[in-house]
Amino acid sequence: MSLRRTLLTSRRILEQLRHDPRTLALLLIVPTALMGLLAWSLTNEPGAFNSVGPKLLGVFPLIVMFLVTSVITLRERTVGTLERLFTLPLTKADFVGGYAIAFGALALIQSLFVSVLSYTWYGLAHQGVPWRISLVALCAGLLGTAFGLALSAVAHTEFQAVQFMPAFILPQLLLCGLVIPVSQLPPVLRGIADVLPMTAAVHAITPMQSNQYYLGQFAIMFAYVFAALVVGAGTLRRVTK
Amino acid sequence: MMESTNHSTFEVSNLRVVRNGNEILKSISFRSVPGELIGLLGPSGSGKSTLMRSLLGVQAITGGSARIMNCAAGSRSLRGRLGYMAQSAAVYLDLSVEENIRYFTGVLAQPLSEVARVMDVVALTPYAHRLVSSLSGGERARVSLGVALVGSPPVLILDEPTVGLDPILRRDLWRTFDDLATSGATVIVSSHVMDEAARCARLLLLRDGTLLFDGTPASLLAASKASGYDEAFERLIEGDR
Repeated sequence: MSLRRTLLTSRRILEQLRHDPRTLALLLIVPTALMGLLAWSLTNEPGAFNSVGPKLLGVFPLIVMFLVTSVITLRERTVGTLERLFTLPLTKADFVGGYAIAFGALALIQSLFVSVLSYTWYGLAHQGVPWRISLVALCAGLLGTAFGLALSAVAHTEFQAVQFMPAFILPQLLLCGLVIPVSQLPPVLRGIADVLPMTAAVHAITPMQSNQYYLGQFAIMFAYVFAALVVGAGTLRRVTK
Repeated sequence: MMESTNHSTFEVSNLRVVRNGNEILKSISFRSVPGELIGLLGPSGSGKSTLMRSLLGVQAITGGSARIMNCAAGSRSLRGRLGYMAQSAAVYLDLSVEENIRYFTGVLAQPLSEVARVMDVVALTPYAHRLVSSLSGGERARVSLGVALVGSPPVLILDEPTVGLDPILRRDLWRTFDDLATSGATVIVSSHVMDEAARCARLLLLRDGTLLFDGTPASLLAASKASGYDEAFERLIEGDR
């Protein structure tokens, strides 16, 4: 793996996004606007926004990065740029690392954007350690990126890639504690929910838990990021049959 | 059995490629030396792209062998020494011309002066800051060719580089290929337009995965007693039946 080629790839991806204002808006403005809408809709429910709001900070980066990465990576596979890159001295690790760094940085910026507005204008009450939310958002963004990379291998068109979102993201959204607390789920579903990456992101934002609890949630997220990146790299083929 | 020399650029021996149960290439053999401008001609579906991709090492080979500069096709040591232009413009549409060439220049660890040189060769300097998505098909093909020329590789594998270009531009590109061959590079250019045969020093005519002819344009006309290349190709096919 070459750090120089990895960073060049990250820079290239960020340059691509710079030329694509719609995707940038999806990444930065939409989550902020949705958070504002949620705060506004819960105006008459004292304390409700303080309960739901922080959890969404862990959910947004995962969903948005999954969507963007799966489509962009699929494009690399279908238009031939990936095949061309693999005739050059660029390794799979350089390629996957480039994506992880570029989208990890974007997830960080997204989380700062959303959390600053949430804690100021939208009136979210601050609970726990502030940097932890950014760290969770970074991990959630990396999770979305890694899963997007891996799942782009099984899609043949961009439309198919988008279809993975309801199949892959929505079940996690239902089980992560956003709709019903995980502790109130039936035992089987609770067992599944406890090891899902989105649940770990939501749990890692929950205030006033022990350090060991947070470490456990971060461990789950990092294990998923690592496994999905390995699977994603494994799906990149230098030689086609 | 072909004689092996240390000076061969391509050494292809009984190359077979079977894909999805179909035999795409049937025992292809040829050899080339540095400085040759080789035209790989044949109708659509004759196996030209598959042969080129086999030389690059991105297509799995079923039988026989393909060696480039004394290395097996696809060897790590060949990465970056083969300039490749795919049939579709495998470049980033959402990057400018300059950003595309700069990225590939970086991956190949070439000096940044290569960016200006290459844009000049493919006559794209005035379009340096234009997004590739805003360019015409012919201009996109030139960006793709420019990427293949980065670092002046000793071998150029160009898949239908002149398709859709106007006659003047086509003439200029063939001059560029000729100059590259004169400077010592081995250039293999595929085309389904038989009129382009006259521009090559050597022809490989492919049909249904079989190499029908290997020789100079003059010897093709002489052997087939034809007045034009289309007619010569037709007579070769009839003779092969």
